[in-house]
Amino acid sequence: MDIFLQQVINGLTLGSVYAVVALGYTMVYGIIQLINFAHGEVVMIGAMVAFSVITALAGAGLPPLALVLLGVGCAVPVCMLVGYAMERLAYRPLRRAPRLAPLITAIGVSIILQHLAMLVWTRNVIAFPQIIQTEIYTLAGATVTSVQLAIVALCVTMMAGLAWLVYRTRLGTAMRATAQNPQVAGLMGVDINRVIAATFVIGAALAAVAGVMVGTYYGIAQYTMGSILGLKAFAAAVLGGIGNIPGAMVGGVLLGIVEALGAGYIGDLTDLCQYGWLAGLLAEHCAEGGHFILFGSNYQDVFAFVVLILVLVFRPSGLLGERVGDRA
Amino acid sequence: MRPLFDTRSNPALVWAGVALAALALLWLPFALAQVGTSWVRIANYAILYALLALGLNIVVGFAGLLDLGYVAFYAVGAYTYALLASPHFGLHLPFWVVLPIGALVAALFGVLLGAPTLKLRGDYLAIVTLGFGEIVRIFLNNLSRPVNLTNGPQGIARIDPFSLGGVDFSQPQAFLGLALSGPIKYYYLLLAVLVAILVINVRLQNSRIGRAWEAVREDEIAARAMGINTTHLKLLAFAMGATFGGVAGGMFSAIQGFISPESFVLVESIMVVAMVVLGGMGNIWGVILGALLLSFVPEILRWTVEPLQRALLGRMIVEPEVIRMLIFGLALVLVMRFRPAGLLPSAVRKRELTDDRAA
Repeated sequence: MDIFLQQVINGLTLGSVYAVVALGYTMVYGIIQLINFAHGEVVMIGAMVAFSVITALAGAGLPPLALVLLGVGCAVPVCMLVGYAMERLAYRPLRRAPRLAPLITAIGVSIILQHLAMLVWTRNVIAFPQIIQTEIYTLAGATVTSVQLAIVALCVTMMAGLAWLVYRTRLGTAMRATAQNPQVAGLMGVDINRVIAATFVIGAALAAVAGVMVGTYYGIAQYTMGSILGLKAFAAAVLGGIGNIPGAMVGGVLLGIVEALGAGYIGDLTDLCQYGWLAGLLAEHCAEGGHFILFGSNYQDVFAFVVLILVLVFRPSGLLGERVGDRA
Repeated sequence: MRPLFDTRSNPALVWAGVALAALALLWLPFALAQVGTSWVRIANYAILYALLALGLNIVVGFAGLLDLGYVAFYAVGAYTYALLASPHFGLHLPFWVVLPIGALVAALFGVLLGAPTLKLRGDYLAIVTLGFGEIVRIFLNNLSRPVNLTNGPQGIARIDPFSLGGVDFSQPQAFLGLALSGPIKYYYLLLAVLVAILVINVRLQNSRIGRAWEAVREDEIAARAMGINTTHLKLLAFAMGATFGGVAGGMFSAIQGFISPESFVLVESIMVVAMVVLGGMGNIWGVILGALLLSFVPEILRWTVEPLQRALLGRMIVEPEVIRMLIFGLALVLVMRFRPAGLLPSAVRKRELTDDRAA
């Protein structure tokens, strides 16, 4: 039971990060039907900038929390700028092009950002400074760290803030109107270009914070960290129903838990020695409590893709999506 | 004004041109060998990429299905060859047995990927194929336990080179008074395969199947209304593209002598996509041009940028590998921005991509 709870806690932590990144995908997709392939790289840049700031100021004698806040405070504007530049230079000129054109551009942008980051921060794995003293709490046999609690709390706050922005403010109304029908929204006086740019910038800001959280959680950062994280977050967005903001939140958390539980249990489930007749066949491996494990936890990264493919094949509109069925 | 080379009134000129090109291609490896044997190898890899790009062009260019996991089929072909012709399992089948098997297995994977994803459209399909490519790579990395199938991240070494009638393609040899090194022999072999696949592609494009693919790409619903079995055709496109990927993979295995999952990462898929996009989706000659450009230009830069930086700045700041990747990224962005149909656009694509209406 405690292992189960532990996996759920780990999954919840990572899942809420996926959710925040997935929001960036889903908002952009909802408005201009573009899979912003480069979104994961924005997460990476956020982590890298925060890393640089924190290491540079580590000797200044500031309290750890102030350091982290400064790191985030620098990462967010940089990422917002990257998000804006990306939209303005690469995607806006292609607004009226066929659907595959901006996707190909997005792949190019992703490669460019990744390798520019490599120029700045080298190709090595960077150890993220562990400045926050991690407290460990025990809960019904499972452990929770203060970092995990902070990540979940921060993610929930950001999601609530975004929900408020989208559903309660003028900008949010403009965003939803643009998502429904850009032409008509334009006729109603919405400055479409500004709204789309704002969507990119907001998504990038969320991604920056997510990047810092991932860096702190794993303790490492590298220029390639964005692509796999981005793909998983995209899978989460699809799981929840792409274009759907609550869906991205649900999908992210769910994907995190599926991944953690999957990685935790797949080894036990595919240990062929526990199945009577197979154990007989594999007697030489299974003797004396031996194991014959088909798939171990090293297949963790497969789960997100399997979930992605299953959702797209069986329920392309996702868990909460309703009007997007025709898009898949 | 009459054009300088009026091929219509004088068809012999076409054949003269083909003969000239053939001579130049036959002579090329010796010229490159003068500069350095490594350039012959670079030419070989360029041809290998041209093979891959031609295969991907069937899926992306002809049928209009963006496949971002194409390297998976390359990997399947390469690993099939490596497992059947290396000391790993102690099997040493001849290449003319293994290559078709590899192509077949790759085609099977193509159908395996195609079948569940056929109803997906455009960008969704792209992401699913990307996921498929990653899954294949993760499996290659981990299938060393509990039964050692792929030898995991260490990869498979000492793969048999091609040999035919006692002629070993990895060894130098004298032939008709010419000293043929290993890479030069592989160059001719690759060139022969390229020409064969080129002919298949040209014939395919204007065949009934090729035109049906074009119809599916332009408007799937209209194509279906015209009596085209779109499901079969898309599957066929996937299978055919995969087959060529598998052949290229097998040849890569033999030439390289060593493969590991490192060679089949996502970036490889994207590189092949960049070649197809840069050259011009759907145009066979454009795709080959794209493959050659994106293979040779980074290498030329590699040879100029490093000494230049050392001379000007005293040390190396920008690694050639980074420049290579930046070129790929920029090629994708700039082509889509300024010349969406590619350097050598196919006639249909040009019409389609300059159209305002979303596809």
